[in-house]
Amino acid sequence: MTHQLILTLLSGIFISGVAGYLGTLMLSKKMSVVACPLAHLAFPGVALTIIYGLDNIALGIFPFVIIGAIFIWLLEKRTKLPMENLAAVIFASGVGTALLFLPIGKAEEALVGSITKITPWETLMVAILSLLVFYAAKRLYQKLMLMNVHEDLATIEGINTSRYNLLYLLNIAVVVALGVYLVGGLITAALIAIPAASAKNISKGLRSYKAWAVIFGIISAIAGIFIARFFQLPAGPMIIVSGVVLFLISVIFRKRIF
Amino acid sequence: MDNFLEVKKLNVTLDGEKIIDNLSFQILPGEILTILGPNGAGKSILLRTLLGFLPYEGEIVWQQKSKIGYLPQGLNQLKVKDFPLTVQDFFALKNPIPTPEEIIRYLNLVGLEKNILLKTAGSLSGGQFQRMLVAWVLISHPDVIFFDEPTIGIDIGGGETIYSLLRTIWEKEKLTIFLVTHDLNIVYKHSTHVLCLSRKGHQCFGTPKEVLNQQTLEQIFGSEIKFYEHR
Repeated sequence: MTHQLILTLLSGIFISGVAGYLGTLMLSKKMSVVACPLAHLAFPGVALTIIYGLDNIALGIFPFVIIGAIFIWLLEKRTKLPMENLAAVIFASGVGTALLFLPIGKAEEALVGSITKITPWETLMVAILSLLVFYAAKRLYQKLMLMNVHEDLATIEGINTSRYNLLYLLNIAVVVALGVYLVGGLITAALIAIPAASAKNISKGLRSYKAWAVIFGIISAIAGIFIARFFQLPAGPMIIVSGVVLFLISVIFRKRIF
Repeated sequence: MDNFLEVKKLNVTLDGEKIIDNLSFQILPGEILTILGPNGAGKSILLRTLLGFLPYEGEIVWQQKSKIGYLPQGLNQLKVKDFPLTVQDFFALKNPIPTPEEIIRYLNLVGLEKNILLKTAGSLSGGQFQRMLVAWVLISHPDVIFFDEPTIGIDIGGGETIYSLLRTIWEKEKLTIFLVTHDLNIVYKHSTHVLCLSRKGHQCFGTPKEVLNQQTLEQIFGSEIKFYEHR
């Protein structure tokens, strides 16, 4: 196994594990698709890094995705519209404006994900950020789940729902930004949505739901990276294809359980 | 005895429309207040205002820092169908997380067996889910429970309604209870006090026997009262 392959595998395992975990919360809040518009907010950021000749496109991705998440939070507080809807609004206004002034086409080319060329330093950053988000999401999980069940009930139980929504969105933003950097925008959304859906198919309780989502995420990352390498295909899409295969298997098992 | 809750000159306006107009009443500890009125009279709005969810003018004074339990309108087994939460997981959403022994004790109190713990909350029957929710609320030892219009007339098994269950628990635990309903039978059977609201702003407050007569009922429900007379 080459040095590069190990780094690719490590970063793939970290990002897909934490995306799967966070995905379980997003699925129960019915906002799995939020990752997609949020990921597209990276385009204006990347276009700016290209214009200013910066080497590291992460400098463009992270601020834009995180500011997008904060805007969603502010608008949700004010309008009480579903976050899903607001994500679409933020995405459209961000990307729409950018299309007028910025080289979005070039940004799209730059944003295919660099997981197979990842450096040791970047792998370390991915690991640290993933672990931080995982730790934060674990701390927030119980309260966010109660908010997903019924927000008023959560308030009566003493939960500051607005604060938890912000922390939750910031977690999503970091995972999405990492995902965009590693595997590209479209694929990031799938990393979040698919493992949770597969896990839900075969789980009866919360503990197995969370565990299977992480396991499915990691298995699809490992399988995707190896298969892509073997057939000389791009890694990102292959990770998703592996995830979809696992999902189909979970559909078959669902029938047996219920 | 000191009032548990005192409401003075309460006014609630939502989107420019006056929902609660100059309402005053007081409740002693251990009383059951039913908030009665037709759909659209502002019952749930009043409840949500008392809970602190909505802005208001006037005074709402609680006796001490009361621990509140709340069973919101529309939270039922169908709402949680998409959550992979077992009954045990559902109790684990509380802070602090109750011990398994405590959970079983409270499930027994509401007439549920412990074998329900590993079932998913969404797979329970409507009656089982409501009982479970009552246990979920009671386990944190609230001083007061707010109960917003549970599924009307749902039989939760053994010929018992959710109201008679609450009544039994009220006798055991000496709680103060706020109920919202538009079902007149509930008022006579299960409450010590009644607060009525109508769409036209008529109000009444007192014990059911004091305030509920043909005239006030017609003011509250209008022609709908005929429906109740026939029951």
